[in-house]
Amino acid sequence: MASQDITPVGKDSAKVSLLNDPKVRGYIFQAVAVLAIAGLGYWIVDNTIANLQRARLATGFGFLDGRSGFDISSSPFLAYSSDSTYLKALMVGFLNTLTVAFAGIITATILGFIIGIGRLSHNWLIRKLCTVYVEVFRNIPPLLVIFFWYLGVLSVLPQARQSITLPFNMYLNNRGFFFPAPVFGDGAWLAGVGLIAGIVGALLVRRWAHKRQMATGQQFPVGLTALALIVGFPLLALAIKGFPLSFDYPVLGAFNLRGGSQIGPEFMSLFLALSFYTAAFIAEIVRAGIRGVGKGQSEASHALGLRAGPTTRLVVVPQAMRIIIPPLTSQYLNLTKNSSLAVAIGYPDLVAVGGTILNQTGRSIEVVAIFMIVYLSLSVLTSLFMNWFNAKMALVER
Amino acid sequence: MGTNLKGQIVMKNLVLKGALAASAFVLLANAASAATLDDVKKKGFLQCGVNTGLPGFASPNDKGEWSGFDVDYCRAVAAAVFGDATKVKFTPLSAKDRLPALQSGEIDVLIRNTTWTLSRDTQGFDFTGVNYYDGQGFMINSKKLSGINSALQLSGASVCVQAGTTTELNLADYFKANKMEYNPVVFEKVEEVNAAYDSGRCDAYTTDQSGLYAYRLALTAPDDHIVLPEIISKEPLGPVVRQGDPQWADIIRWTHYAMLTAEELGITQANVDEVKNGDNPEIKRVLGQEANTKLGTDLGLTNDWVVNIIKAVGNYGEVFEKNLGSGSPLKIARGINAQWSKGGLQYAMPIR
Ligand SMILES: N[C@@H](CCC(=O)N[C@@H](CS)C(=O)NCC(=O)O)C(=O)O
Repeated sequence: MASQDITPVGKDSAKVSLLNDPKVRGYIFQAVAVLAIAGLGYWIVDNTIANLQRARLATGFGFLDGRSGFDISSSPFLAYSSDSTYLKALMVGFLNTLTVAFAGIITATILGFIIGIGRLSHNWLIRKLCTVYVEVFRNIPPLLVIFFWYLGVLSVLPQARQSITLPFNMYLNNRGFFFPAPVFGDGAWLAGVGLIAGIVGALLVRRWAHKRQMATGQQFPVGLTALALIVGFPLLALAIKGFPLSFDYPVLGAFNLRGGSQIGPEFMSLFLALSFYTAAFIAEIVRAGIRGVGKGQSEASHALGLRAGPTTRLVVVPQAMRIIIPPLTSQYLNLTKNSSLAVAIGYPDLVAVGGTILNQTGRSIEVVAIFMIVYLSLSVLTSLFMNWFNAKMALVER
Repeated sequence: MGTNLKGQIVMKNLVLKGALAASAFVLLANAASAATLDDVKKKGFLQCGVNTGLPGFASPNDKGEWSGFDVDYCRAVAAAVFGDATKVKFTPLSAKDRLPALQSGEIDVLIRNTTWTLSRDTQGFDFTGVNYYDGQGFMINSKKLSGINSALQLSGASVCVQAGTTTELNLADYFKANKMEYNPVVFEKVEEVNAAYDSGRCDAYTTDQSGLYAYRLALTAPDDHIVLPEIISKEPLGPVVRQGDPQWADIIRWTHYAMLTAEELGITQANVDEVKNGDNPEIKRVLGQEANTKLGTDLGLTNDWVVNIIKAVGNYGEVFEKNLGSGSPLKIARGINAQWSKGGLQYAMPIR
């Protein structure tokens, strides 16, 4: 295109020179700028790689399949030992980051909604309590909240020998929370089948009840039925097989409780701190979202005879969601990124494990590159999911 | 008009190319610079990487003045280079940050109880010697765990350890080799390790034995804690420099040998000026009094470099006793850090 246009310039001098055509000039300048930036980018990357290699700073990712040589305190999903590779160690750290971020996001959301709605309550005490919560947690750096839980609450729990005994053979001490671990025997697979059947059944009931309500206006206790199905089917399955289920109970060993399952104080304090901290921000977002829904909406709802609870649940919150979701996304991203404060209390998240690898191998550039890629991907994935959710929640015009 | 525009573009290109070339030059020049001695002299002081706070090796007092065995080594190097032991600035570094800080040029030398290992040596660093032979041990609360008197009884224990250390790796090896289980509790900062151990989060604390003795003093009830007898590793601790600057490595290496040699020859902080003019030829040579000597200048220093070192900090034995031995709360015995002639491992190459 461009070359065809430019050829006639010399021949036809009557026409204004194309070079003076603002559009063409614009293109030329843009092209020059793009080339210059690309060239600069290439030059920087090329030079950096050359210099890094000279300083033995970046030698590629080959080191990741070497033996790690160190142990990791918590690896609930992968079998890891000091004989595993660095790559596996990173995976363990990554899964730990995901676990704490996921658990934190769920809890922070629930807590945030309760408190945000509480701030608009008609009850003076509830309103004030929620305000105090928000003001306190919003104004403390997250690291301090983590230390508060770790040093202030969990590390002053009693020693293993004096563990606090909770019902169902559960114990709490300064090494964490211990509970019986289920051990599945022969035929326990049927319980899994039962669970799936229960969930499918619950979904079907919900669809049926919704249709019926739309058609006849009659309501149906969906929640209770679903609970009964989801708990009942697996139980039934177990009963058929003669309860092939036993428990591994924590018992006192030489140093600590052994056996059972255990959640360490590092995970607990990080999880609690991230949830409590982020909940304060979510509460504010929820409050703003609800405030953003016209007053007429709840007045109309009241006029239709709906009480305060159903009005909030069925009329206000669904509309408020449109305002809430976008800023909620950035809180989720914040929580995920804040989870890297784990290093301060020794929870082996991606950054803690990666930091150890960085130090043991000296591959700083590579490890930091991995950090950046992982957190960037997590952020992009979270954003994509929330965008999808937002589109789903958008007001559907009828 | 057309040519004008072309001219503009050409000009732009030229400017751009010029800028590129200039920055390329700067980068390359940066990468090529290796003469740490010249840099240090130009700066006017030595930037020395030390521990964040390990009593006996490096710790600041409440006025921010540093003291310790490693700190005295930093001062010795400053004295060798400048003839003035005060021309040194300290950068406190955690276990994890120390080697990257040296790599990036933030410090000129790292003297921070760092174990000489093959992998560190080949990561772009050079160890210049061993100023303290150490080994890794375990500490437990003997009041709480009264039945335990060997590390081999620690199966099932939670063990506090600092991230980014050789300690962490030896720990994994030791428990694996002895088919024992343990639960590592790993922190990045040493204060966190200490606090976790002190609060009872862990049953045992593991690090270099010298470190165990130092940190024990800071616990709430030091007398309740014992160091178990097993030494599970070799931890030769010494100064580290960036690889590729042999002159600078030589200066750090021979500073250490000078301090050892001074001890062997009985040269002390108190008598150095006096023996300098005596007639022992070896002492005279070491102290730069030999006629037309070039020993100091060939190293890139002045010929009285050893005098400056000994005047500033004393000989190896003096520095050891003051910071770690009888003159300190740690009361560590010379042990394998004695001179080779006294059954130890410290052995200086001849200064001649
Ligand atoms: N010698 C070992 C361990 C050195 C080390 O970092 N020791 C710990 C405990 S004695 C320490 O000094 N920590 C202080 C800090 O990181 O600030 C190594 O080179 O990896």
